[in-house]
Amino acid sequence: MSDAPLLEVSSLVKIYRSPGIGPFARKNARPALAGVSFSMHQGRSFGIVGESGSGKSTLARIALALDKPDSGMVRLQGRSLFDLPRRELRATRAHMQMIFQDPYGSLDPRQRVEKIVAEPLAALGGAAGAERHARVRASLEAVGLQASDARKHPHEFSGGQRQRIAIARALITRPKLVVADEPVSALDVSVQAQTLNLMSDLERDAGVTFLLISHDLAVVAHLCETTAVMYRGRIVEIGETAAMFAHPAHPYTRELVDATPRLDGVRHREERSDAAIQGAVGRPETPGLLRFARNDELVSETLEGCPYAARCAFARPRCREEAPVLETKGGGSRKVACHFPLD
Amino acid sequence: MLLEVAELAVDVATRGGFQRVVDRTSFSLDEGESLGVVGESGSGKTMTALALMGLTPEGASVSGSIRFDGRELTGLDDNAMRQLRGDRMAMIFQEPMTALNPLRRVGAQVAEPLMLHRALSKREAHARAVALLEHVRLAEPERAARSYPFQLSGGERQRAMIAMAIGCGPRLVIADEPTTALDVTVQARILALIDGLKSESKMAILLVSHDLAVIAGHCDRVIVMYAGMIMESGPVEAVLRQPRNPYTLALLEARPRPGAPRGVRLKTIPGSPPIARERRKGCPFAGRCTLTIEICRTVAPPEIAFGAGHISRCHRAGEVGLAP
Repeated sequence: MSDAPLLEVSSLVKIYRSPGIGPFARKNARPALAGVSFSMHQGRSFGIVGESGSGKSTLARIALALDKPDSGMVRLQGRSLFDLPRRELRATRAHMQMIFQDPYGSLDPRQRVEKIVAEPLAALGGAAGAERHARVRASLEAVGLQASDARKHPHEFSGGQRQRIAIARALITRPKLVVADEPVSALDVSVQAQTLNLMSDLERDAGVTFLLISHDLAVVAHLCETTAVMYRGRIVEIGETAAMFAHPAHPYTRELVDATPRLDGVRHREERSDAAIQGAVGRPETPGLLRFARNDELVSETLEGCPYAARCAFARPRCREEAPVLETKGGGSRKVACHFPLD
Repeated sequence: MLLEVAELAVDVATRGGFQRVVDRTSFSLDEGESLGVVGESGSGKTMTALALMGLTPEGASVSGSIRFDGRELTGLDDNAMRQLRGDRMAMIFQEPMTALNPLRRVGAQVAEPLMLHRALSKREAHARAVALLEHVRLAEPERAARSYPFQLSGGERQRAMIAMAIGCGPRLVIADEPTTALDVTVQARILALIDGLKSESKMAILLVSHDLAVIAGHCDRVIVMYAGMIMESGPVEAVLRQPRNPYTLALLEARPRPGAPRGVRLKTIPGSPPIARERRKGCPFAGRCTLTIEICRTVAPPEIAFGAGHISRCHRAGEVGLAP
């Protein structure tokens, strides 16, 4: 049992169906998750990157059993969440917590910090009086806040402090797994650094493992040993974070890496994208204009073929006909879903 | 010089009296040049941009001088400002969903400034709007013109707002966090679009961002703001490669670095920015700064030049970045 992954998801499929009537109905529902599998282990935080619509937030909800998949399985320490009786699921959920992006919207402004932080204890049958008080205090201190802060209201805190309150709330059940959905993207750079340091400390000292969802590759690389890149409901590449971002095998991973603004600026970026274009199977594109001209939103996709083919600078006919599967590449832990992976 | 700002100050009325949110800032911007304004929340970067456009909130008082295109803007009445806005100068906002009118078709919104400032007929303006939407690389510009904002994606809406901004051929475009709400891949395309428009029409860009890396890739010069004050300014390369102000250095060091080992401690900035009414004496960054000495708390820091327009406002500017 102890060797079981902390979290294992297999073949998750989720399709949000629209009612199919009225002017806004979508004719073909595209799966939010189209068969997602991965596992993560205790003490090794796991990252998920991808753009909006990639399914990363749906995945987070299902991993926490806040939503049910159409098919597929989620196991927390070997126990299948969707096969648990209701009461047990409630208790199991207490071992998994979530931190959201917006430290303003996720805290009830009318409640005192004490009540906010203690809230997840209710799922464990609650805690009263002295015990509750002691746990709130321990939780606040673990994130660098004062015990006396428990009496205050959220508006008395800065954005970074509010995110700490949200983290204190997540920690109070002593969870093994914390799903963090863009936990630092609404914070100023200096506060972001404090929060990331806190998350590193918690991983090392408090036995918390993070499932970190972010669009920011540097943030993910900072915390996560392994990262999955999602595109349109699928994992297109997964592997050791630093190696994968240094040498992406999937063209979409490469696009993400290239699109990330860098402090070393313009020249660097132009070199990279020119190289990407020259590698693009001899396409007669004008260097530098490829990204400029192509409209990301213009994606007419089919369910056959690679979902990224319409945007891919390297796509060949086979890519539009046959969907690539996630396969091991180069003998290591890296897997990529691409017919023609980059070197 | 297209834009010359001197000793610009903005005071905002609050319950506790006036608070200074922009503190005697001076900078200039030339034709075809792009200037980045970087800072954290509360630094005054957005208020600076709004002051240039004459869009400061009700009850704010603006002092100092803003010379644009040979004309003094401070003291101009609303009517005169309205004639400039959307014509000679235009603004692109962070969230196009709130800047665009949700109840009007995109084409009509892009056409509006053309009818207002160029006296085009409705039909002429509409034809021009479609051409503009095509110019900002919207796929199917006709369809986009007929759409309502909610029918477009975030990136498409931002392109539509850019089309609206550039319609009358402005000399200055102020972009306030234009890509913050977008995915990185879309961000890269929108920034490339702005770069392209700049180089073809020689308009000047003032790009406000919290992200130094965005500014690094798309601006010629940068201003670093803190607590309403310009702490450092100069050519982007010089400022980022060798910052001469402890605040700029702290901002650079707080970022997770691509390629750095996992979990390495990030440098943080202790404390939090001063609340506006607590400011005044000395350097606003004193107390949070590792180089703070007595004079920092009592005397406003002088501007110290490091060649080629690189200026730092710090008593100890010469020691920044050297090993302790």
